[in-house]
Amino acid sequence: MNLRAIWAIYKYEMARFFRTLLQSFVSPVLSTSLYFVVFGAAIGSRISEVEGVAYGAFIVPGLVMLSVMTQSITNAAFGIYFPKFIGTIYELLSAPVSFFEVVLGYVGAAATKAMFIGVVILVTSSLFVDLDIAHPLAMVAFLVLTCLSFSLFGFIIGIWAQNFEQLQLIPLLIVTPLVFLGGSFYSISMLPPAWQTITLFNPVVYLISGFRWSFFGQADVAIGLSLLAIAAFTTICLVLIWAIFKTGYRIRA
Amino acid sequence: MPAIVEIDSLTKTYDDGFQALKGVSLTIEEGEILALLGPNGAGKTTLISALCGIVAPTGGHARVGGLDIAADYRAARAIIGLVPQEITLEPFEKVIDTVRFSRGLFGRPRDDALIERVLRQLSLWDKRDSRIMQLSGGMKRRVLIAKALCHEPRVLFLDEPTAGVDVELRRDMWRVVEGLKQSGVTIILTTHYIEEAEAIADRVAVIHRGEILLVEEKDALMRRMGQKCLRIELTEPIAAEPEALADFGLVLSDDGRVLSYTYDRQAERTGITRLLRTLADEGIALADLQTAQSSLEEIFVGLVSDGKAA
Repeated sequence: MNLRAIWAIYKYEMARFFRTLLQSFVSPVLSTSLYFVVFGAAIGSRISEVEGVAYGAFIVPGLVMLSVMTQSITNAAFGIYFPKFIGTIYELLSAPVSFFEVVLGYVGAAATKAMFIGVVILVTSSLFVDLDIAHPLAMVAFLVLTCLSFSLFGFIIGIWAQNFEQLQLIPLLIVTPLVFLGGSFYSISMLPPAWQTITLFNPVVYLISGFRWSFFGQADVAIGLSLLAIAAFTTICLVLIWAIFKTGYRIRA
Repeated sequence: MPAIVEIDSLTKTYDDGFQALKGVSLTIEEGEILALLGPNGAGKTTLISALCGIVAPTGGHARVGGLDIAADYRAARAIIGLVPQEITLEPFEKVIDTVRFSRGLFGRPRDDALIERVLRQLSLWDKRDSRIMQLSGGMKRRVLIAKALCHEPRVLFLDEPTAGVDVELRRDMWRVVEGLKQSGVTIILTTHYIEEAEAIADRVAVIHRGEILLVEEKDALMRRMGQKCLRIELTEPIAAEPEALADFGLVLSDDGRVLSYTYDRQAERTGITRLLRTLADEGIALADLQTAQSSLEEIFVGLVSDGKAA
């Protein structure tokens, strides 16, 4: 195992993040604040409680998940797409590293960045609402797993994408709708019965529900199902990445 | 000298069916500078990309430092440095950071003294904290070389190091390559300039349409390729070659206005001075002079029609 290579990639990716720290930091704080103004104050004032939780607090797990998922995907996809785009990928291919090490470096860095933003949003949220986290360990575990699995997913998108448009395509057309419709801002029980059933086909529902459980001790779906969903998603991503590297798909001619 | 790179029947067919390498076999000796000479699209870049792990060969084997590039890819790649043809660097990166990154990627521990030595050798030390985008084209190329050298490779591949580079920078690059050779690194460089092969290589391999046509000591090759032609345009047409010019083997054009003289540029005496003096003595007035060297393309045609590498 070429640990130094993994560390080199990780550090390199993190350095990019820190070069744009202000932007990395300010943008989630600003958007979280905006969500609280719109959903918390404007709309939330008409919805007093959802399942016994103040609406402002209720949306926090969804908000964190929304950012963490999109950030994981964007960071990882861009991280590996950029070297492909400018050609520096030659160095990764000619270095004594296995693809596994390359994935660890890029996905590790992307997940770290997403975690950082997740924490920033949590801290920002705590300025607006009272937050009691019922299962802190489970909360951290869910956060880490979500960051990792969505970074893996983003990595796949970055490998697959052949231009900037494709790079944006899946996050924009698939992930964002799934996340918004995955119960970020509402409980599934608030939907008409037919929609409740349809919603259960959205994998993101299970992740947000599980994450919310770690905050409030209650969830739309059973916590076991949530864990199963995230495990299944991670497995699918890992298998895809394994296949990509086995065949050199869009990396090695 | 022992062999450091052994290539055995290496083939590469791309997905679109294009056969870029048709069974290339080549042995490169430790410590030499080998120029891989060939026109655009000959397979030069594919060959070194296959050796460096950027392209997966379709068939054949290759060993670097005795290590198989597929089975022992980690150990093999650890002793290879690659300088790509295109300038591929992250524009916002600092010189020293990108060089350190390369060393780490190759699994080597941080060594600031070594990196300083490499950067000084390439006259980049003063620019170590500059961002890549602030550097000139020539300096960017040096950064690529620094990145390739910072893990102390034994074999360095330089893919068209002077393509699209002005004369001064080209000479500068040649000096750098010469310095690297002095430090004991084996260098394989691709080029489509005969002059470049002539200036720095010990041996020259000619590749054309995915096949190695010949591998030869540079000096021997240059003698063969060194044929030049002097074209002398006359003010007044002449009916026949004057007697005094007989031993030059000149060719007179049909209209009697042009004399062509073929000579060996590498020879100690090209005979040009004597030819011109004789022409003056004969009272033949010259309108213009031109010299031409057989192009690489012509040499290839010659090589192929000679039944491959005479």
